[in-house]
Amino acid sequence: MFKFFEPNKIFQITSRAPKYVLFLFIVVLSIGLVEALILSPEDYKQSDSVRIMYVHVPAAWISLGIFSSITLFSICGFVFKNKNFFLISKSLAPSGLVFNIIALVTGSIWGKPTWGTWWAWDARITSMLILALFYLMYLIAWKIYESEEKVYKISTSITVLGIINVPIIKYSVEWWNTLHQPASINIFSKSSIHSSMLYPLLIMTAAFALFSLLIFLMKYNTELIKIKNKGLDRL
Amino acid sequence: MINELFFMNGYEAYVFSAFSFTLLSFLGLYLVTKMQFVKEQNKFVAKFGALNTEQANSAKSQRINKEILAEATNN
Repeated sequence: MFKFFEPNKIFQITSRAPKYVLFLFIVVLSIGLVEALILSPEDYKQSDSVRIMYVHVPAAWISLGIFSSITLFSICGFVFKNKNFFLISKSLAPSGLVFNIIALVTGSIWGKPTWGTWWAWDARITSMLILALFYLMYLIAWKIYESEEKVYKISTSITVLGIINVPIIKYSVEWWNTLHQPASINIFSKSSIHSSMLYPLLIMTAAFALFSLLIFLMKYNTELIKIKNKGLDRL
Repeated sequence: MINELFFMNGYEAYVFSAFSFTLLSFLGLYLVTKMQFVKEQNKFVAKFGALNTEQANSAKSQRINKEILAEATNN
């Protein structure tokens, strides 16, 4: 069933893909930057500070998406006893953490002109900070544990605990009174954001997704070569 | 037009610092990941070079090893 996920077969694709993904990322990012910084309109309330949204929101979305994927792949690794799922999870984590940090820092920069403060212990911001701590714990677990079985168990436990925080992040703005504004984009109902701002946001999200794919591919290839290096030692 | 782009109604410091931080983070992560990849690739090539003929033939029987060597040569 998981023959497609065999490293020997997958490396043929993953080793060639990064250069094409990098090219596509540069093209999409360039279009996104022009849209976000020049073509999109200013907000009637927030004026030009709203442009921070074009880096803040995609970074937050991607970091949440990556953490959910890491959890799913880790659980699949356990259920199907397939090491490659853990390798995929491990390769996704660095870009997830960086996107989480970008969301926190750009949110803080955006907070100063809109709320008058760099930081507030608001439910959305605090839960995003907790997510960053889970990313850190996950990556540290891979660094400190030598035994494969142990690292699989501990890293999966971290993701399972951390995933509880994901719906809290999503619904924090509805469950509590927060400084953070409610979601403007809804998949199942009408979005309150105008298309002149929605399209640049979607283009920037696509660029960020391509970047996370690029880092994932490079990291995954590195992990495969590490395994092969160990294999050469055993010859 | 140019003034509007650079001064952003007084928000330029916030907007450009947010975008700069994002792009620098991208560049940093890309370079670190690339360096780790090249380091492991070089280690592989060095280890492969140290194998005797029999071991090298055995290693070459795996397609992925050939792919790694080919990629290293291309880079």
